[in-house]
Amino acid sequence: MALPLHAPLEISFDYTRSLGPTLSRFMTGLAQRRIIGSRDSTGRVHAPPIEYDPVTHVASTDFVEVSATGTVLTWTWMPRPIEGQPLTHPFAWALIRLDGADTPMLHAVDAGSASAMSTGMRVQVRWAAEPVGSIRDIACFEPLSTSETEPGGEVEPVTMVTTPIRLSYEHTASPEETRYLYGLAEGRVLAQRCPRCRKVYIPPRGACPTCGVPTTDEVELPDVGTVTTFCIVNVPFPGQRTKPPYVHAAVLLDGADIPFPHLILGCPADEVRMGMRVQAVWKPREEWGFTPQNIDHFRPTGDPDAAFESYASHL
Amino acid sequence: MRAAVLGTGQTHHAARRTDVSMAGLCREAVDRALEDSGSTWDDIDAVVVGKAPDLFEGVMMPELYLADALGAVGKPLLRVHTAGSVGGATGIVASNLVRAGVHQRVLALAWEKQSESNAMWALSINPPFHMPLGAGAGGYFAPHIRAYIRRSGAPNHVGAMVAVKDRRNGSLNPFAHLRQAEITLESVNSSMMLWDPVRYDETCPSSDGACAVVIGDQAAAEASARPVAWIHATAMRTEPTFFAGKDHVNPQAGRDAAAALWQQAGITDPLNEIDAAEIYVPFSWFEPMWLENLGFAEEGQGWKLTEAGETRIGGRLPVNPSGGVLCSNPIGASGLLRFAESAMQVMGRAGAHQVPEAQRALGHAYGGGSQFFSMWVVGAAPRP
Repeated sequence: MALPLHAPLEISFDYTRSLGPTLSRFMTGLAQRRIIGSRDSTGRVHAPPIEYDPVTHVASTDFVEVSATGTVLTWTWMPRPIEGQPLTHPFAWALIRLDGADTPMLHAVDAGSASAMSTGMRVQVRWAAEPVGSIRDIACFEPLSTSETEPGGEVEPVTMVTTPIRLSYEHTASPEETRYLYGLAEGRVLAQRCPRCRKVYIPPRGACPTCGVPTTDEVELPDVGTVTTFCIVNVPFPGQRTKPPYVHAAVLLDGADIPFPHLILGCPADEVRMGMRVQAVWKPREEWGFTPQNIDHFRPTGDPDAAFESYASHL
Repeated sequence: MRAAVLGTGQTHHAARRTDVSMAGLCREAVDRALEDSGSTWDDIDAVVVGKAPDLFEGVMMPELYLADALGAVGKPLLRVHTAGSVGGATGIVASNLVRAGVHQRVLALAWEKQSESNAMWALSINPPFHMPLGAGAGGYFAPHIRAYIRRSGAPNHVGAMVAVKDRRNGSLNPFAHLRQAEITLESVNSSMMLWDPVRYDETCPSSDGACAVVIGDQAAAEASARPVAWIHATAMRTEPTFFAGKDHVNPQAGRDAAAALWQQAGITDPLNEIDAAEIYVPFSWFEPMWLENLGFAEEGQGWKLTEAGETRIGGRLPVNPSGGVLCSNPIGASGLLRFAESAMQVMGRAGAHQVPEAQRALGHAYGGGSQFFSMWVVGAAPRP
């Protein structure tokens, strides 16, 4: 049996965060090379500020500026930084309590080597060259030196930040789905039948979702079927692979008990009907891979429509 | 043991609430619910939260960073996950904690800040080895709406009638995102066809919003200075997204949940015994579909109630007097909004969209590929 197929899946989006009054004050401060904290009802100063008091739960309103220098409370060494971390060469992760604050913040210290790090050492912020009102304005911390960076002047309030998020997966098909994908690579449509309820699943699942038993009986299906229902997609959206308008249909292949989603082309969208008989139009053989996209689309066969009763229990 | 909704709170829902952070959005609803219920933070024994999948806002486990903003420090904090039905499931989990005698007063909260992301994108991820056909929730549900129209023989204007009713109801609700008193059948029918047969005006908006309810035990309810909403029955059911023979139009899990709900509430004729219903209708045609699934009408007959005007305020069964999901759709919160609005009706606190003398009301939510169902019945008086 072939090893399960796998392929990369990348997902990314630039999320847009609204900051609200407290975090807006903090981010605006960063744009001015200042660090703003909040004083809670017990008198403790939190830096970064917290939005709601941990004891009374009311919104924070008492804001204080804290120093850009502080003390390392504890630390660990990062010998091999990974993508997206503050520094690309080895550095320390440290909990740093800024002077004037009672709570530590986690950040990177660019100390050169682990032997230069110690609990209790004094550090200062290394600011980004062009602060914009983002947590990344604090490029990292560094051992305290005499040179200080002057705070910047007034800036427009920062009310939003953009948070790009990227996820990288390796998507793996099940053994049963792999057999189906190998079948498609040969121009065949392979399904499986549940040994108990006798329902035929395409793509095969490996287990019947109704009976919960393994499915082992392979069934080859024809590439003709019936449109059970469909929609015409007119709306564009980010990440869309097919240009609208297109007909997204549920195609019940002859002999299957569950529809197979695919595109319908070969007639105007407004002529597609429930019950329409359709046949797969395969791409040229040299373009085939391990994918249902080897079928470019389904086209009307021109045969009379299937009776509603023949697919009514597959809606 | 008995439990009751002591108070509710919700945000002013809008396409973009950029004036607040996610925590600030949640607190707007929570602070209103605490005030409405006559509770202080110290009265709350536990917090139960729900929201739609993390990809919708790109915040992994938001309950971690929100714990202190939600006053959960030193208390149990639970998160519930059931896709679009999560708001309803969150209310039910909170009520179960009270009914089981574990806690006396529980805060339930659900929210979504859709403007931070794009739900169409998040619902249309195309994994390898599949046809890249995903087109959001509308692309998923439109074929099932087409199947309903074919099966029931409903005339085409029923969907537009629901849109007109709900948007006009929304104009009576000061918290609604869309408030369209001037909407007409003609304007709905001339709006863009997005996912044929679903038009733009028959589609829920994308909203930022939150909803909170405080649920108390019998002692808390009896001590309340204001009317409460007694929880008469709750039900949740689940089924797979896809299986051979799945009925997407009238799902078995929804029918089973409704049957259990009516039995638990002692209701034999829901159409006559329920005074108001807040039903999860993200696309207009789901009103007649769920009227049938819930047992308010025989299969294939739900559209006749809508067409006859019986689901308007003043009809036999006002459905979504608040304007419903068609007017405000902060996805994670939408289910709890249905539950809270049903409670507001029997507490007599629904303002301009109050159904006169509502004694018993239904709150309903569904989610996933019509696979999670949650619902409750609340009453002005305790169940005898």
